[in-house]
Amino acid sequence: MRRRSTFLVTMLCFGFAFFYVPILSMMVYSFNGSRLATVWGGFSTKWYVSLLSNRQILNAALLSLKIALLSATMATILGTMAGIALARFKRFRGRTLFSGLVTAPLVMPEVITGIASLMLFILMAEWIGWPASRGFTTVTLAHITFSMVFVTTIVHSRLSEADAAVEEAAMDLGSRPWQVMKDITLPIISPAIVSGWLLAFTISLDDVVITNFTTGPGTTTLPILIWSKVKLGVTPDINALATITVCIVGTGVAIAGVILNRAEKRRDRDARMAYQANQ
Amino acid sequence: MPEPARTADQRAATTVAAFPGAQLPQTSVKAPPFIRIEHVTKRFGTFTAVSDVTLEIQKGEIFSLLGGSGCGKTTLLRVLAGFEAPTEGRVFIDGQDMTDLPPYERPVNMMFQSYALFPHMTVEKNVAYGLKHEDMTGAQRAERVREMLDLVQLTEFAQRKPHQISGGQRQRVALARALAKQPKLLLLDEPLAALDKKLREHTQFELMEIQEKTGTTFIVVTHDQEEAMTLSSRLAVMDKGRIMQIGTATDVYEYPNSRFVAGFIGSINFFEATVRTTGAETAEVEVPDLGGNVTARAIPGLAPGQPITLAVRPEKVHLARKRHDLPNTFPGTVQSLAYFGKDSLYRIVLPSGHVMLVNSVNARRAGEHERVADWEDAVFLSFDPAAAILLKD
Repeated sequence: MRRRSTFLVTMLCFGFAFFYVPILSMMVYSFNGSRLATVWGGFSTKWYVSLLSNRQILNAALLSLKIALLSATMATILGTMAGIALARFKRFRGRTLFSGLVTAPLVMPEVITGIASLMLFILMAEWIGWPASRGFTTVTLAHITFSMVFVTTIVHSRLSEADAAVEEAAMDLGSRPWQVMKDITLPIISPAIVSGWLLAFTISLDDVVITNFTTGPGTTTLPILIWSKVKLGVTPDINALATITVCIVGTGVAIAGVILNRAEKRRDRDARMAYQANQ
Repeated sequence: MPEPARTADQRAATTVAAFPGAQLPQTSVKAPPFIRIEHVTKRFGTFTAVSDVTLEIQKGEIFSLLGGSGCGKTTLLRVLAGFEAPTEGRVFIDGQDMTDLPPYERPVNMMFQSYALFPHMTVEKNVAYGLKHEDMTGAQRAERVREMLDLVQLTEFAQRKPHQISGGQRQRVALARALAKQPKLLLLDEPLAALDKKLREHTQFELMEIQEKTGTTFIVVTHDQEEAMTLSSRLAVMDKGRIMQIGTATDVYEYPNSRFVAGFIGSINFFEATVRTTGAETAEVEVPDLGGNVTARAIPGLAPGQPITLAVRPEKVHLARKRHDLPNTFPGTVQSLAYFGKDSLYRIVLPSGHVMLVNSVNARRAGEHERVADWEDAVFLSFDPAAAILLKD
């Protein structure tokens, strides 16, 4: 066992503390009995109870979930197609431009994307009369636009690593292109598609800036609601809400991690077995 | 040279379309070629990968495309498989024009260099994959898969995934998968390149056995000359997208038609020479680097005064301490020697300063001081007129 450097361990602790102490303190204070967010008034779950009876918050959460589900699914479909195009079609007219345009939103400031989307929706409403008003549709469209790029990036990198000859082999064995896609390409990139969808879902679920620009009256997503409530001061029910969100997201990430890790370990073990069998 | 283990009939059939320049008696067989590549050219932008290739291959042959990287051999293979459309020319298999058919409609299967096994399917499913497009019952399909796994001795690994088996086993799965549809033509892209040396030799013979059992026509792409010579009934040496020579291993080794082919296959000594006199059987050429005239086997179209290249294989040169009265005998000094056990490689400096490689088989068991020649020894080297190859280019 190598001797651990005290310096490294200290830095590691500081790093973790920096990330997680705020979240932990928020979780602790969500069980605060006091109305004042910064004064401890004993343990209580009353904020969780009040949260569940708050129709406004429940509606916002439901709306956010709907938008996230729809936009993540659409973004995954479009993003997967773009990722496959980039990974498998090495030569087509405008490929460089396409690749640039597809990945640009990754580095674009959200404010710019938000304003641009807003302008587009206003102009479209003027010229073609659609979308007539801003709300669920416009927010979803905007979310698809900016979360698609994450799916594209993940699928592209996964497929670039995979041997293109595998798809050629399937075609060589008599499969038409659509059968190759169904039998070979999609199964190979399925982990990338799943993680792309999860990422798109998470991004959509907690987006404030772009939603703020593209939403309309009556369409309040959860992050927007929290944002507007916090402006009036941090109340313990927000802490409770945030704690629930962290728990849901944390569980999801942990499950995905365990699944990926297990697949990886199984692969390692099999490879080792095959190696030993040949000794 | 190692000769492929073919029957006499097969060997006769395989010399049919041998290169016209090869000075070997040729058997003429009237059978139409099974595979015909007609003036195929493939350009990528300004780069010409394959340049005006015409090739005829008989049914049941193992034909090798041999060449260095970038010589166009893989591109030609991909044109045959249907992955690349030729810029010009046509491809016929069994009399049918295949040029415009997509890969999934060709009676051709390919074994990829990387094997390209489907990582998410078991060995059995990999082999069965191509059969789902065939018109056969489930029982027939299962029977064929069993046959194929039996052929490559992988029955007990049927339920394993590709990452659970070794490299050699993967290679055999790839072969079984490509043969399962009983293609008219099997294309093999560097089939042995990913295997280690010992396994490669073993697999080479296994491939030949399987080819004989199934009777499938094989086209093998390889950069390994030994592999091409052992495996194939005939081979084509390619360079810069062109076919330089087509023939049996012996044709190409003993009767190369150009400096490129002579130098690519095996090692060889080249000398600049000038034609002096020409006869029906032999020609006299003056070789300044050897310091005299050489009698060589004549080739058509020689004229006195013509500059030409003389080529001599190292193993065709005889070394002696004493001068014997033999044609083409020249003096030299041993500069260095490398002892390999079964043979030794000598570097002989000629009086002109030119170094000649001589390969001498150690047929006699002898101690260090009893060998043919030692360091710094003055020796005489000689070679038969038939071993002296004249090359125009």
